[in-house]
Amino acid sequence: MQPKPLALKILDIASIIALAVATYLALVFAPTEAVMGQVQRVFYFHIGTAWVGLLGFVIAAVAGIAYLITKDARWDRFEVAAVEVSTVFFFITIVLGSIWARPAWNTWWTWDPRLTTAAITELIYIAYFMLRKGIEDPEKRARFGAVYTLLGGISAPITFMVIRLFRTIHPIVIGSANANQEKMSMTGDMKVAFFFGLFAFTVIFIDLIWHRIRLGSLEEKVEQLKLKVSM
Amino acid sequence: MIEVKKLVKRFGLKTILRGLNFSVEPGEFVALLGPNGAGKTTFLRILATLSRPSLGDVKIAGHHLPADAAQVRARLGVVSHMPLLYPDLTAEENLRFYARMYGIGNMEARIIQVLEMVGLENRRKDLVRTFSRGMQQRLAIGRAVIHDPEVMLFDEPYTGLDQDASEMLDDVLRSVAAEGRTVVMTSHDLARAEDLATRFDILSRGVIAASATHTELNNTNLLTFYKQALAD
Amino acid sequence: MIEKPETLDNRPQTLDRPSSREAAHRPSFIKATLAIVQKDLSAEFRSFELISAMLVFSLLVIIIFNFALELDVKVRESVTSGVLWTTFAFAGTLGLNRSMSVEKDRGCMDGLLLAPVDRSVIYFGKAISNLIFMLIVEAIVLPVYSMLYNVNLFRLDLLGVILLGSIGYAAVGTLLSTMSAQTRTREVLLPILLFPVAMPVLLASVKACNGLLTGAEFSEVLTPLNLLIVYDVIFVAIAFMVFDFVVEE
Repeated sequence: MQPKPLALKILDIASIIALAVATYLALVFAPTEAVMGQVQRVFYFHIGTAWVGLLGFVIAAVAGIAYLITKDARWDRFEVAAVEVSTVFFFITIVLGSIWARPAWNTWWTWDPRLTTAAITELIYIAYFMLRKGIEDPEKRARFGAVYTLLGGISAPITFMVIRLFRTIHPIVIGSANANQEKMSMTGDMKVAFFFGLFAFTVIFIDLIWHRIRLGSLEEKVEQLKLKVSM
Repeated sequence: MIEVKKLVKRFGLKTILRGLNFSVEPGEFVALLGPNGAGKTTFLRILATLSRPSLGDVKIAGHHLPADAAQVRARLGVVSHMPLLYPDLTAEENLRFYARMYGIGNMEARIIQVLEMVGLENRRKDLVRTFSRGMQQRLAIGRAVIHDPEVMLFDEPYTGLDQDASEMLDDVLRSVAAEGRTVVMTSHDLARAEDLATRFDILSRGVIAASATHTELNNTNLLTFYKQALAD
Repeated sequence: MIEKPETLDNRPQTLDRPSSREAAHRPSFIKATLAIVQKDLSAEFRSFELISAMLVFSLLVIIIFNFALELDVKVRESVTSGVLWTTFAFAGTLGLNRSMSVEKDRGCMDGLLLAPVDRSVIYFGKAISNLIFMLIVEAIVLPVYSMLYNVNLFRLDLLGVILLGSIGYAAVGTLLSTMSAQTRTREVLLPILLFPVAMPVLLASVKACNGLLTGAEFSEVLTPLNLLIVYDVIFVAIAFMVFDFVVEE
């Protein structure tokens, strides 16, 4: 059993510090937004988690392709880590979005393109785990997982493009506030909080994925040892 | 005809075949015997190109697997304990489908020929759903033979057959083997194997534990040979 | 007691080997694909199990929608495409599952994998069969719906969109049903895998059909139609490239 590498230990600390700083910037440093008030601060975390969520899914699709080409189990572990961490972050994104939506649009949910695609994407990755769970053979599990991340990774953007066409039919939400508008009217201090938020979550993301990959290889080692003992 | 060197097959962390060596000359009829779980079906599936080796070298009719699997398939006939037949099609239609999948010219004549060989040409227009297990096995052999393969693989062909059906299968197997085909057959039925095969290989714990031709066995009982091989 | 057929005794003792090696060369891609399609259609037209199940299910779904949505005349026009596509999606999963379980249950999939053909032949053969079954069911459901709700669905452009949508759905569905058939949860897993990934097909088809039915401008129909075609092309290509990985062992 290898001990935690030094780099990972440093990254752990860096992640915690980054999160603390980002929180400070978002909750204290950034000025209160004129229109929406305090609740707008959720935005800094929301964008951070959304960014890493999407990043993770793209990484997963690439890892999937890499696995299919090389058949190296390490790519599979990487892919699982990316999907797992992203699924959680994306869920946080959706929840934070809801928290923001309620006071801003007077509703917990709206069927606008981003949210709908987010919900569908989240379901794709939950389906991914259900697929993997139903397969005994690890090699087949890895292969099927890789294929599905590829399918999911390509269909989600197309879903987004299609849903945008529906906007005219569904009722436009009260106030028609959306993140783009917010971004455009950010002041300098807000931009600091915003970009640091992105940075902080990226660091946390890398940290968590690394941990998850380690967990994956440790799991595999345990299986091997179990097998040796039982023989 | 078949050459296998240091074949390893793993499923996840379990190793089923551990460096198996196996070699068959053209025209031989090898009975592959062994206890359950020894890896006979796994091995046969690799030879049948249905499964890939984890490590090792497999060559059939000069072609390497899995690289040249497609070429090998054209010269392989496989019969497993499942008949691989479509129940809602007639015997004739089943054979016609496989004839098409193997690109056989002069299809209709060949289909009749095969049906006659397995003794089913008066049931050709009947749905396979109505066939007994024995008849399905015979038709399955017809399916496996329709493209005139040089190598035939049988995985427990006698499973689920009663006495009469087994005897009929004996006849068909004998005639198939008589045409100079190379045959590898796994079986639990030592008596039948003894009757049909020219060589006996015992697969135990992922390797070939023992091998003997019919003449080498001469005075020994196959059962004794089998038990001895497993005891080591 | 099985009587030994006399033929077994007086059959030729050895099979006359074909003088020229007429057996054992590889069939053409198209011929092999068509062989699979023909096999599926022949088997189905004998029992009609698959199509009748899909059909009855579709009609039941439409009836349920009738009560669930309280479709008055005004609302009907705008929900028709949604109701139709939901019906097709659910019935489609039935068909996809059944079509693949026939191969899986009797090990016939091995029979297909043993043939000296490219693996993608199996994919295209099954996908085309699945598509044809979907189209047959749609061809019956559409007139029935027309009658029940007094909506004219016999328009060439509408049928065209439905065709394109069905192609996309069958293309992804065949690939995913091949995968789900190999898992423990089998049929249950297919809709879970399929619906999120097939969303673009369903959404674009609904949008396009809706545009046609409500007499919207052509540009409103053209955009989803384009996306639908893009999806179809991309996913047929991906499925074709990836199918090998899904059937090998």
